Amino acid sequence: MSAPFLWIFLPLILAGLLLFLNNQKVIFVVACLFTLFLSIAAWLLPVDTALTIGGLTFKLAPSFEILGRNLTLTSANRSFLALIYGSAFFWFVPTASLQIARRLIPLGLAITSLLVAALAVEPFLYAALIIEVAVLLSIPLLTSPGQKPGKGIIRYLIFQTLAVPFILFSGWLLTGIGANPGNLVNVQQAAIFLGLGFAFLLAIFPFYTWIPLLAEEAHPYLVGFLLWMLPTVTLFYGLGFLDSYSWLRDASFLGTFLTLAGALMVVTGGLLAAFQRHLGRIMGYAIIVETGFSLLALSLGSLTGLNIFLLLLIPRTISLCIWALTLSILRGQAPGLSLKDVKGLGHVWPFATSGLVVANLALAGMPLLAGFPAHQAVWEGLARNSLSVAFWVLLGSLGLFASAVRVLAALTAAPERTPWGTRETRTQRFLLVIGLLGLFLLGLFPQWALPLWTKLPAIFVHLGQ
Amino acid sequence: MIAALNWVMLLLAISAGTGLLFSQDWRWSLGLLAVQYLAVFWMVQAHWPVSMAATKLVTGWMACAILGIAQLNAGEEGKTENTWLQGRLFNIFAAGMVLAATFALSLRVETWLGLSLPVAWGGLLLIGLGLLHLGITSDSFQVIIGLLTVLAGFEILYAAVESSALVAALLAVVNLGLALAGAYFMNVAQEKTS
Repeated sequence: MSAPFLWIFLPLILAGLLLFLNNQKVIFVVACLFTLFLSIAAWLLPVDTALTIGGLTFKLAPSFEILGRNLTLTSANRSFLALIYGSAFFWFVPTASLQIARRLIPLGLAITSLLVAALAVEPFLYAALIIEVAVLLSIPLLTSPGQKPGKGIIRYLIFQTLAVPFILFSGWLLTGIGANPGNLVNVQQAAIFLGLGFAFLLAIFPFYTWIPLLAEEAHPYLVGFLLWMLPTVTLFYGLGFLDSYSWLRDASFLGTFLTLAGALMVVTGGLLAAFQRHLGRIMGYAIIVETGFSLLALSLGSLTGLNIFLLLLIPRTISLCIWALTLSILRGQAPGLSLKDVKGLGHVWPFATSGLVVANLALAGMPLLAGFPAHQAVWEGLARNSLSVAFWVLLGSLGLFASAVRVLAALTAAPERTPWGTRETRTQRFLLVIGLLGLFLLGLFPQWALPLWTKLPAIFVHLGQ
Repeated sequence: MIAALNWVMLLLAISAGTGLLFSQDWRWSLGLLAVQYLAVFWMVQAHWPVSMAATKLVTGWMACAILGIAQLNAGEEGKTENTWLQGRLFNIFAAGMVLAATFALSLRVETWLGLSLPVAWGGLLLIGLGLLHLGITSDSFQVIIGLLTVLAGFEILYAAVESSALVAALLAVVNLGLALAGAYFMNVAQEKTS
């Protein structure tokens, strides 16, 4: 058996089979056990090394040939696979309590495996096409039956599709630069194509308008899953470019571009979040801010920047998962997710309210919460280079903080003597408490994420050194 | 003879691409899209073997069929977005601008990618008209047509620099996926909430 078969084709086949099942519980149990197995297997099973278990010897081959090209997953990719499938497991667990297992899991699993394929394909430039296929698969996930597709999903499809030509062309230009590195015109052209491609793919300023729209239109949990999975894999894909091309890694404009794009995303996303009246839109802007922070972390350069970028991942996963879960719980109880609709709900949905506000604060970089150590490292790194950029970025985080305060005020604004109660189900309470504990514990002991954090840089041959 | 046919196919692409901007009837739109894919096939086969270039034609026509069936299922609705004069005049002017701009650009792309002028112009023109289409509509069917047009133009140019079977297969999947997404958009509003 080969590693790509285990971590790409097997999940894809299972996703296809799960599409035909109607029983939510079966889908939920099978998918959770399977993603957990894949995550543990990624952590434990070496690739391209013979293993003997109970007299049975087997070896996971690293490559799988398809149409003359290879899908390759080596031992260095194992921590990434563990992260992706481990996160997919965490995203799938709450689906049972929200009754959306059938809607999310089959397509979610297929999208996850395709995104893994995107990072495994050689030459890796073709990944843009595989990511586009994953985007197309996500369309049924984001539209609700009986509703016309909104502006958000249309823009999402347009922007993600427009990224493909830019990235494929940049790939062709990059090959030319490899043969003739001194050609400055080629370098400029490749940089422009690549920049535009990633601006569309990662929804970098000003191409992020679809995120808040989509977060307002679609089911918050499904949007949360997708907007965690897509940018994370795309960022790894982008890092693959940096790792492969030394001229790009050493380019003087790269740091400036990343700082400018990241700061613009944090400032505009954070400040706009502070003025939103829809909880879904606030989450959308928080995701924009987080992508901005990732770019800012990478702008710091060297191994430090990469480590901070990786440090952001786990708190973001937990925060977004809790945020999306709480929004989904509240969505079922209110006519909508605008501040007016959810006014006073905190009195009877205290766990969901706490989860929502704490997740928001964690992504704003509030001290003692999981997001703080990584955000603080970004602020510190930025302040060393430019105090003004650090100030603006802090202002963006303050905007996100202000949105949390507004949300808290709206959720607790019930008439006097309104009785307190808890209407969340036992499972929802359990999941929220575990998530909140995770946010607090990772804030106090960020070193607990160290085992994953130390192994992940090994994916990158040059950046990880 | 082949050079002359390239110009004929370019004219076909111009007529189909521009016609798509004006068409309000989905039957006309799909017919024009099918003609457009014929031109794409011809321009791609200048760089690829005919058997591989034929995938563009087959995929394109399959996309048309998917969209056509979805339209039949969705039923007919009036989708006029603006008044006759406003829409037509603006579209004529914008399409003219795209024609001129892409011609100027194709003179440079011709040498850059090693293409003949009609092929380079055809590719750029479809990209330009597709982007224009995307800019002037919010209807999901028209958006899908716009995206397919942009991709068709890109595929003409990209065929000159890349001939991998995997890329051809993935681009075919993307084209069909877009058509399926369009079909889904058209029918999802009618689905009952389960």
